Amino acid sequence: MNGWHAMIGQFPFEWAQYAFMHNALLAVIIVSPLFALLGCMVINNQMAFFSEAIGHAALTGIAIGVLAGLGNPIWSMIAIAVLMAFVITLLRHRSAASADTIIGLVMSFAVALGVVLLSRGGGFAKYSRYLIGDILTITPGEIAGAAALLVFIVGVWLVFFNRFALTFLNRPLAKSRGINVWLVEGLFAAAVALVVTVSIPWIGLLVINSLLILPAAASRNLARNTAQYHAFAIAISLVSGALGLIGSYYWNTASGATIVLFAMAFFLISLVIRRR
Amino acid sequence: MTGAPTTGHCGACCTKIEDLGVTIGSATILEHVNLHLHCGQLIALIGPNGAGKTTLLRAMLGELPHTGELHFVPVREDAGKAGPRIGYVPQKLEMDSLAPISVRDLFASAISRWPVWLGCRAGASKESLRMLAIVGGQDLIDKKLGTLSCGELQRVMLALALTPVPEILLLDEPVSGVDQAGIELFYQMVSQFRKDFDLAILLISHDLPAVARFADRMIFLNRTILADGTPREVLGHPVVRQTFGYDFSAAAAPREATIPIHHGGAG
Repeated sequence: MNGWHAMIGQFPFEWAQYAFMHNALLAVIIVSPLFALLGCMVINNQMAFFSEAIGHAALTGIAIGVLAGLGNPIWSMIAIAVLMAFVITLLRHRSAASADTIIGLVMSFAVALGVVLLSRGGGFAKYSRYLIGDILTITPGEIAGAAALLVFIVGVWLVFFNRFALTFLNRPLAKSRGINVWLVEGLFAAAVALVVTVSIPWIGLLVINSLLILPAAASRNLARNTAQYHAFAIAISLVSGALGLIGSYYWNTASGATIVLFAMAFFLISLVIRRR
Repeated sequence: MTGAPTTGHCGACCTKIEDLGVTIGSATILEHVNLHLHCGQLIALIGPNGAGKTTLLRAMLGELPHTGELHFVPVREDAGKAGPRIGYVPQKLEMDSLAPISVRDLFASAISRWPVWLGCRAGASKESLRMLAIVGGQDLIDKKLGTLSCGELQRVMLALALTPVPEILLLDEPVSGVDQAGIELFYQMVSQFRKDFDLAILLISHDLPAVARFADRMIFLNRTILADGTPREVLGHPVVRQTFGYDFSAAAAPREATIPIHHGGAG
């Protein structure tokens, strides 16, 4: 950590003089590849609405944490998000309704319940920081947590990626090759829930899903195979993360949303390249 | 209902489906399905839309919960309890033309452990090329799945289903998108593999005249098996004629009637 501060402190820029910017930049460098990895799978499986719903479930998670008297509601947020992810995964295969409808229903319920619980006595305003997020207040302990999450998810992606890819491409095909499709779908749902929920306090509930889908969507316009797809997405995610963070310092804006605007710019550029 | 073999095959291995049923929600999709598959036999599965043809394949794969039993009587003793290896060719893949999944990626993710997002290893690539060659698809290896024509995708999925060679091959034929010449070519290929690899093949077909010329046996399914016999027999069956509104049996090459036809839902 000290080495990191010393290194970034060498940069001849105003933002590079502040320890909180060093922390935030490190956090961005850790979570950006995570978003890119998950986003590639989310986009390929047309699950953008699913991850959006998982993000919104955080409201109910926060409310339950507050009611339970937890100082930091992160654990109840994770529990509710993972639970919701499992419920949606199960209902998608067991119900006659379309996936869209099921996700919409579950999301509506989670958002409404969360807002009702949090707004009791008119106190919703103090939770609005979860909507916007704040990466500048991230602590070294939280950075270590994010790094552990990165190691865990990369580990899962090393072991399970091929099974994810086949299962989401065609479930019976995966089954014919001996893959436990329920395990694979559950694991992926839990991974999305975990990453999205853990990042919400830093990035903000409103824009978290954009960070998941934009780098992958941009990469898709350029990539010809799976390896390129992931490499481009990780690069776009990292660059837009760093640029967005530094931009937000100079413009005095929310970091999460600023990062999203940069990612959006990369998407538009990729679109132009594809059209040529 | 044991169907007598119609082509030269080992005859010893056999897959028995006994009283299989599938219920989704409150709807009964399949009931009392009894079927024996023998290796070296190409069986065409026909029936109207919504008859449960795809559901039967998915139940056989264990992807859908079902009642009834699925037994595999192996020819080799070491094949044992693991059950038969089943190759599956899906009807279609849900994806757009932008999806950055190449044919090489598809093969590598199915046949190797090395995570494909880090690239495909030489070993997996070599094996993919070798298998693609037998369907004449080597040139497709670096194409994205979403850019393949229906016929190309079908051949690629067939090559994948044969890697490694299974005991049973299940094919869900695309409803549309493959031209007449392509269908003939595909059936010829599948028919040849049946002999070369001694496979039991169950093929959902929508092109009755074409498949009638290649299949050893035909099964008409509508919630349960309503007719089972040679293509000529099944296509001439009153229920089948009524369902399709046409008698296709003239298209089928005449064969010895070796398999009794079953009537009604008793199976």
